[in-house]
Amino acid sequence: MTEATGGTVTFTVNDVARTIKVSPPTTLLDALRWQVGLTGTKKCCAEGECGACTVLLDGRAVNSCLVLAVEAEEAAVVTIEGLATSGRLSKLQDAFLAEGAIQCGFCIPGMVMAARALLTDNPSPSEADVREGLSGNLCRCAGYQGIVRAVLRAAADGATVER
Amino acid sequence: MNGDQIGRSVRRTGGYERVTGQQEFVGDIRLDGMLHVKLVTVDCAHARIDSVNTGHARALPGVRDVVCAADLPSPMPRFGPVHQDRPVLAVAETRFHGEPVAAVVADTEQAAEDAAAAVEVRYEELPAVATIAAALDPGMPLVQDPDLRTGPHAATNLLSEWRFGWGDVQTQAADHVLDSTYTFPMVTHFAIEPHCFLAAPDHDGIAVWSAVQHPFALQQVIARLLGLPLAKIRVRAPDPGGAFGGKQHAKYEPLLALLAVRLQRPVRLELTLSETFQAVRRTAFEIRLRSGFASDGTLCFQDAECTALVGAYADIAPRVVSKACYYMCGPYRVPAARIHARALLSHTPPATAFRGFGTPQVAWALESQMDEAARRLGMDRVEIRLRNLARAGDHFIPGDKPADGNWPEALRRAAAEIGWGTPTAPGRGRGIAVGVKASATTGASYAIVRLHVDGSATVMAATSDMGQGARTVLAQVAAQELGIGVDQVRVVMGDTAIVPFDLQTSASRSVVFMGTAVLEACRDIHAKLRVMACEAFGLPPESVQITHGMIRVPGRKLAFAELLSEAFAGVRGEVIGVGSRRGERVGTHPLGGPPAFYEFSCTACEIEVDPETGELLILKHVSVADVGKALNPAQAHSQDEGAAVMGLGHSLMEHLILDERGRILNLGALDYRVPTTKDMPLELHSLLVENGDGPGPYGSKGAGEGGLFGVAPALAAAVADATGAVIRDLPLSPERIWEELTRQPSVSQPPANT
Repeated sequence: MTEATGGTVTFTVNDVARTIKVSPPTTLLDALRWQVGLTGTKKCCAEGECGACTVLLDGRAVNSCLVLAVEAEEAAVVTIEGLATSGRLSKLQDAFLAEGAIQCGFCIPGMVMAARALLTDNPSPSEADVREGLSGNLCRCAGYQGIVRAVLRAAADGATVER
Repeated sequence: MNGDQIGRSVRRTGGYERVTGQQEFVGDIRLDGMLHVKLVTVDCAHARIDSVNTGHARALPGVRDVVCAADLPSPMPRFGPVHQDRPVLAVAETRFHGEPVAAVVADTEQAAEDAAAAVEVRYEELPAVATIAAALDPGMPLVQDPDLRTGPHAATNLLSEWRFGWGDVQTQAADHVLDSTYTFPMVTHFAIEPHCFLAAPDHDGIAVWSAVQHPFALQQVIARLLGLPLAKIRVRAPDPGGAFGGKQHAKYEPLLALLAVRLQRPVRLELTLSETFQAVRRTAFEIRLRSGFASDGTLCFQDAECTALVGAYADIAPRVVSKACYYMCGPYRVPAARIHARALLSHTPPATAFRGFGTPQVAWALESQMDEAARRLGMDRVEIRLRNLARAGDHFIPGDKPADGNWPEALRRAAAEIGWGTPTAPGRGRGIAVGVKASATTGASYAIVRLHVDGSATVMAATSDMGQGARTVLAQVAAQELGIGVDQVRVVMGDTAIVPFDLQTSASRSVVFMGTAVLEACRDIHAKLRVMACEAFGLPPESVQITHGMIRVPGRKLAFAELLSEAFAGVRGEVIGVGSRRGERVGTHPLGGPPAFYEFSCTACEIEVDPETGELLILKHVSVADVGKALNPAQAHSQDEGAAVMGLGHSLMEHLILDERGRILNLGALDYRVPTTKDMPLELHSLLVENGDGPGPYGSKGAGEGGLFGVAPALAAAVADATGAVIRDLPLSPERIWEELTRQPSVSQPPANT
């Protein structure tokens, strides 16, 4: 075990201010899942290759398994739990349901967050843009066809103006 | 009354939870007082364990327990669905890379990990059996202890062998005989959800959590391990985050159960992705196929020598090998067949089921051979298949279930969709391949449906919703029969203390087996409502009509809920229906029974090969599935599209790479590539054949595996069509294609397309 006893991180998660205690090697992923208690962000490869743990860090999509919790000091973190407002799905989430883009669903939180960032950067992506933009997120059910359709549908539906 | 719920693409039940992060997967479960487990392994496949020193590990902060084989009951408890050969922890030797020799239990994951690294294992590495040649070499070590095996092969690495066939291959005349060998390597399931297990004392029994496809099979394993009645074993199986056959049978749940009992505390083990790769993998095959053809393309005989490299413990691999090889001749009529199949033990992770259950492996050989034959005979590749394909009702395997679908229709539709017969541009080629899989043979599924007083319903069914959408489809069946909307139905799954017995979620069986059980349970409710209506209105049974949610009596029509609110006005109540479907054993059948249905699929593709790099671009991919009746077309399409793209993985890029010592070199997502959005065909089309000829509710058949069957042979055929290069080993990686083009420079000139 590392000698460091750790410190605290103060940040916002889905607009709620949080201060948590972490040991230095704790990843943002583990901090979100175990200390903040938001388990919607998923752990798969833990080496930044699968995208299941994607969250927004100050608006940028990151693999939270590759970010140390202490690096999120004063940052704004948005997770999958932060997209729906008062139980109402965002257009992007709704598009995933409408297009039947969900199979087992384990990759979906990361996939939705990556798509969220993609649409912020490029509100009117082409199909090729979506394929490129989501290429870091693995779906082993391989529901890519529906996922790409969902993102294009959300873009057409003006999903970029919401969070 | 609601409209027809069948054949509608209603939104996925559980979809809301999955897009909001609320879906609880097994790894999300937190139990009070939970301790964390980490496995201790050595970095080799085959090693003799000389000693395990746990002293340093035990002294570390937060460590509660360290156990090795010596700390567990003796003889070591073993388990497995075919042979009970897998020990809870390695005994005397490790037999595959990643087999645990000890386990640490600590207050935190980090403490467990640190302590696992501090356990000192003294061992001597021994030669490992990692290939078919090594498994057949009498000079190589035995993988399993011969004293623990029975039968004539106990002192060899041959786990099992089978001989199937009909007719006389020796005397069957043929104008052309083709003889080729095809290989299909080990690949891994790589569900995005790594394996995770929990166990906790539960009053006078135990509760185990696992994203397992077969909760009732696990219940039986744990009951036997602990010597407890089934009723005291509660298996809770949250919806898996992908399974694909990799989550069928027990892995580390027995270890967790013993630890929970030993410590009287809840324990949790979450495998890393690398450890998940080492838990189970797809069965690897080498198939030598001799095929005889008449000059008009008619098949005369098939003579197959199928050798499967299975792992250190049997898991379900013997069934994969026997079932796939029994159907080695695929969907074709052939007058004589001789099939010899062997499963060889090796110092590799246990081989198990993987979407298709061996069919992608045998279809790779068979369909590639059909293309060889077409080339030899100068025949069209669709034509040679049509000539031999079984027609509905044909006894294409003597003594087995006859062909139960219009298979030529699926082939013709795929051919039409890919533009078969039209010219292709230079450098491009097309391929087409079919595949058939025998579905579940024996087994039982039970369902309970509770019709509540307001007309809504709870369905209790132990099917595992692992992404195929079983929850949605079972809700649609109940909604249809009870005349309500799908949003009025709750489907409860995954808890052996609550839901009735189901054998397993595999072999695309759930629509047919559990779907029928749910349908029967609803019909049971109809019968009970009829009795209630007779009593309420003083009528004979024949004057009460029941159709989809409505009860008609002379002069009156009322919804189920109306009858219930009248009948249950006083002390309330509900109507409980019970249904089942059983497939009994048939003693004379080599597999224990004929399949409930055949899953038939056809894949066609058009590709372009870059001669400089060997890279393959898929311009168009067509997948046709004969589903009988799509209960939810959107889900049927997404299953088929997913199978098609998953099939691109084992066809183009996936294989576990082992060194000569049996260690897996590409553990984890960095070194083991699976398809991403960028590997998608430019166009992907899924077509459904719906002739209502299945045994499931409303004429349905199971689906969701077929899209894999023909992917590899269709792609290889397209490469041959485009370049002339014939490749018989998977995957069709750029290196392999490039090497083949370089080795035979003449073949890189595209042949004239017809």
